[in-house]
Parts: sequence; structure tokens; C-alpha cells
Amino acid sequence: MQVLYFAWVRERIGVPREEVETSAATVADLVEELSAREERYAVAFADRAALRVAVDQTLTDFDASLDGAREVAFFPPMTGG
Amino acid sequence: MRIVVQDAPFDLGEEAGRFAQADAGVGAVVTFTGIVRNTAAGDLKAMEIEHYPGMTEAALTEIAERAQTRWSLSDVLVIHRHGHLTPGEMIMMVATAAPHRADAFAAAEYLMDYLKSRAPFWKREITADGAAWVDAKDEDEAALDRW
Repeated sequence: MQVLYFAWVRERIGVPREEVETSAATVADLVEELSAREERYAVAFADRAALRVAVDQTLTDFDASLDGAREVAFFPPMTGG
Repeated sequence: MRIVVQDAPFDLGEEAGRFAQADAGVGAVVTFTGIVRNTAAGDLKAMEIEHYPGMTEAALTEIAERAQTRWSLSDVLVIHRHGHLTPGEMIMMVATAAPHRADAFAAAEYLMDYLKSRAPFWKREITADGAAWVDAKDEDEAALDRW
């Protein structure tokens, strides 16, 4: 699936998007899997309270299922307006 | 309803004027405009706004649709810029048109409250000291409770 990163999450991970091969069942599983792969993910995902997540461009939470998901995005709380 | 996400500047007067003329049943138009504010120290060089193409438009459309369900509105306009902006430039505007002003005011406030913390935009301030992401404010999240 495509995994996207925005703002300081993108800066810490070092890429704006990447294709990730995963069998993670939920967003939380994906976060754990990536964090175990490389230190930069562990650093970016260290404080989950500071992170927001969208699955297929809809805001959701870390318990959300990834069944059938094509795109997951991680970013800090939004600051529009 | 019109939702626009663009890097180019927009003409507030022209947009507001055209919006106000669009529907014969309109009795009230409210507009809000957000402007790049300088820092307290006055050293802001630029503000950069990142967004999530695709989700941004979808989120703004959903917020506007919910406003239309909740209040009696004739029309809604949202324009939000992204990219590189300098102090004093207009970042965004919302406009609401309704038969009566109470609906237009309330819907404009609702749109702004949701747009600030539910539309995927992120601001970064560039000063002489470097670049820093703007932190979301607790009161912006708390503002959603009143709706």
C-alpha cells in the first residue's frame, strides 16, 4: 500500500510517500512494524498523541482496520485557516 | 458550493462580489478572510503551507456539506491557498450566503472551526532563526465542542 507522510513526520522519515509491503491488520500494527524496521520510523512515531492518521484520505484512528486500504497517511495535528 | 485549493493569490473583492450576486434568494452574505500574521517579534519572512492533495478537497467539501445540512444556506465558498506566502498575504477565505444573517454567521464560524483542525493543511513559519512547524492549539480542538 502507499504510505504518505506530511509536515514534520515527512521530514523525520525522509520521504513524502513510499510503497510498503505489509500484512498489518490495523494502523497501530503498521506503526509497530515500521518502527521495528528502522530508527527513523521509531523516532517519527514515538509520540502517538502528536500524530493523526488518514486511511484512504479519511481521518481515522490507530485502531482502524487496513483491510482493503490503498493509502495510509501520517501527519501532525492540522493547522489550516 | 465551490471549494478551491490553489497556490495562486485570489482577489477577495472580486470573489465576494461574484458570490453575493449568484443567487436571487440571498438576503445575507458573511465572509471571513485569513491573513498571514507576522510574529510578535515582527521577524516572519514567509509562511509555507503544505497540504494533502485529494484529501484536502474531500475534507473541505464534507465540512461544507455538513454546514449546508445544518443551516439554511444558499451557497458556500471556500478558497484556501498553499505554498509560499509572505506576511500580509491572504491565506484563505470562506463565504456563506443565506436568506437570513444568523445562518450565514453561524455557518461561517462552523466552517472556520472545522477547517482549522480537520482539513489537512500544515503551516510552517520561516524566520531569521530558521523554519518551524506551527503547533496546533488546544483551543482550536476545543472549539469543535460547541457544535
